[in-house]
Amino acid sequence: MIEIKGLHKSYVTGNNKLHVLKGLDLVIEQGELVSVMGSSGSGKSTLLNVLGILDSYDVGSYKLNDTIMSNLTEKKAAYFRNNMIGFVFQSFNLISFKNAMENVALPLYYQGVGRKKRNKIALDYLDKMGIKDWAEHMPNELSGGQKQRVAIARAMISNPKVILADEPTGALDSATSLEVMDLFREINKSGITIIIVTHEKDISEKTNRIIHLTDGIIESDIILKN
Amino acid sequence: MFDTDKWQEIFYSLKQNKLRSFLTAFGVFWGIFMLIVMLGSGNGLQNGVTQGFGDFATNSVFIWTQRTTVEYKGFPKGRFFNYDNADIIAIQKNIKNIRYLAPRLRAGGRGGGDNVVRGLNSGAFQISGDFPDMNLIDPVNIDAGRFINDIDIEQKRKVVVIGTRVKESLFEPDEEPIGQYIRIQGVYFKVVGIFSSKKSGERADGDNQAIFMPFTTLQKTYNYGDVVGVFAITAYDNVSVSSVEEETIKLLKQRHLIAPEDDQAIGHFNVEKEFKQMKGVFMGIDGLIWLVGIGTLLAGVIGVSNIMLVIVKERTKEIGIQRAIGATPMKIMSQIITESVFLTAFAGYIGLVFGVGIIELVNFALLKSGTDSNMFRNPEVDFQVAVTALIILVISGAIAGFIPAKRAVSIKPIDALRSE
Repeated sequence: MIEIKGLHKSYVTGNNKLHVLKGLDLVIEQGELVSVMGSSGSGKSTLLNVLGILDSYDVGSYKLNDTIMSNLTEKKAAYFRNNMIGFVFQSFNLISFKNAMENVALPLYYQGVGRKKRNKIALDYLDKMGIKDWAEHMPNELSGGQKQRVAIARAMISNPKVILADEPTGALDSATSLEVMDLFREINKSGITIIIVTHEKDISEKTNRIIHLTDGIIESDIILKN
Repeated sequence: MFDTDKWQEIFYSLKQNKLRSFLTAFGVFWGIFMLIVMLGSGNGLQNGVTQGFGDFATNSVFIWTQRTTVEYKGFPKGRFFNYDNADIIAIQKNIKNIRYLAPRLRAGGRGGGDNVVRGLNSGAFQISGDFPDMNLIDPVNIDAGRFINDIDIEQKRKVVVIGTRVKESLFEPDEEPIGQYIRIQGVYFKVVGIFSSKKSGERADGDNQAIFMPFTTLQKTYNYGDVVGVFAITAYDNVSVSSVEEETIKLLKQRHLIAPEDDQAIGHFNVEKEFKQMKGVFMGIDGLIWLVGIGTLLAGVIGVSNIMLVIVKERTKEIGIQRAIGATPMKIMSQIITESVFLTAFAGYIGLVFGVGIIELVNFALLKSGTDSNMFRNPEVDFQVAVTALIILVISGAIAGFIPAKRAVSIKPIDALRSE
């Protein structure tokens, strides 16, 4: 499903070169629920961005669903992000002028699905997330947990192969965090690969596999029996 | 297809800062408004002046006699001379490219005492002996009856065509002038037609106080012998009348023993030259109007471009989110360009409507007040110009949006996402 070999990534800022990922080898199979841990600066977010084709890499190879992700045109990248990948962010990143339903439907809009049809599908997903009643509300009228549910629904609507979550519970209280994690586990059961970047131990313990990054290399890769 | 999401986003982003959107739109509004009003006024000026000419054949020339200023072949300078009927035949024979040749002879005028009498009414009018072709060179509207015809010329009939002002001063309003007789310098003539000028202002006034009679009649009746006063000549449409003018003057100089270098002896007026000069002036005015108008418009469009850049900057993160969930660069660009085109076209359209409104209002006021001005008349903007302006607006809106749109997608999605 996800196959990474000898992945290097560095940022150049002025005269300084910051080597962030220093040769990662990683294989994640379809249907896994993985958490990536590490202190800040360990490169865990960078890894997630590379996996999400939001950022490029320098050396090595990255295969998603047996397709090599390198030298993609922005149009191609948009296609893959739209069809294969769902994103969940720490700060939710909902579009402020669209209501919950429209936010969820947005990926389908980019696929060219008609408004009526995509809003109907979006409502189904909101229903699955248990917030159908809030469909007509704007993001600023929702609580953090509700926002994240909307974001997760949005990540799922295009039936992606993998959901990438960058600190999805970072802005939530612990009770809500657990609810969200339960939601992820639920989604995972349907066969969607989920990769969660976090620095919270109790969050990572809810996943099935913990990858520890330290200074751009994989320090440990532990399979949990949940 | 109407894309609700697209428009939702456009209105959202314009509503974010209403004052800013309004001021930006105002720049474009003002640009197109000024362009339209100036174009309309320019047209008004042009209409005013060209209508002063009526249907005057613009490729015409008038040639008359003055005093010689050079001694030649034993003749002293300061000599008076006259053209004669033989000149008519000579010109017709020797000069090519003449479409109409209308010799004219004038007797009496508005300056002197009353020369025309009918019953107890009288007046001083310009009497001119003309050929039928004159009405093709300097045309008038025939309101009743007819103009001079070839049989009049041949038979030297005592008939006249009178201007509307002549009719008003000699006849009662309810009288039918056609078939009636008027006395011109002691001789009776039958009125066969009434004309009115096609020109406007003072020129029209002058025309309407004239009386036309057959050229041959005037020569004979008032003992002019075979004298010709003025030659009115029109060249063929594809020929410049200036060459015809030159040849004719040369021929006349030879025939009347005038020194070839004596330019003062023969008076001439080239309508084509005047008209071209006038056209040049109007082209200059038009050019200036477009320059200033487009300049103002450009300033407005640059304003739009600037604001779009700001909007793109403000919404960098949103654009990043949209790209993260699968918006293609084309989609983002089309969004921004549509917004820019909408802003420009909408503001421009309102400017267009206001501009045309003002022009129409002025036109209405002018018509209502009934001023018959030689300078300004019927200001208008043709439909074509309005459509052109709108097309320019849409294109310039697209261009204004293009740079910001390019900027929006040039940022890597991840950088866009990170920006606050």
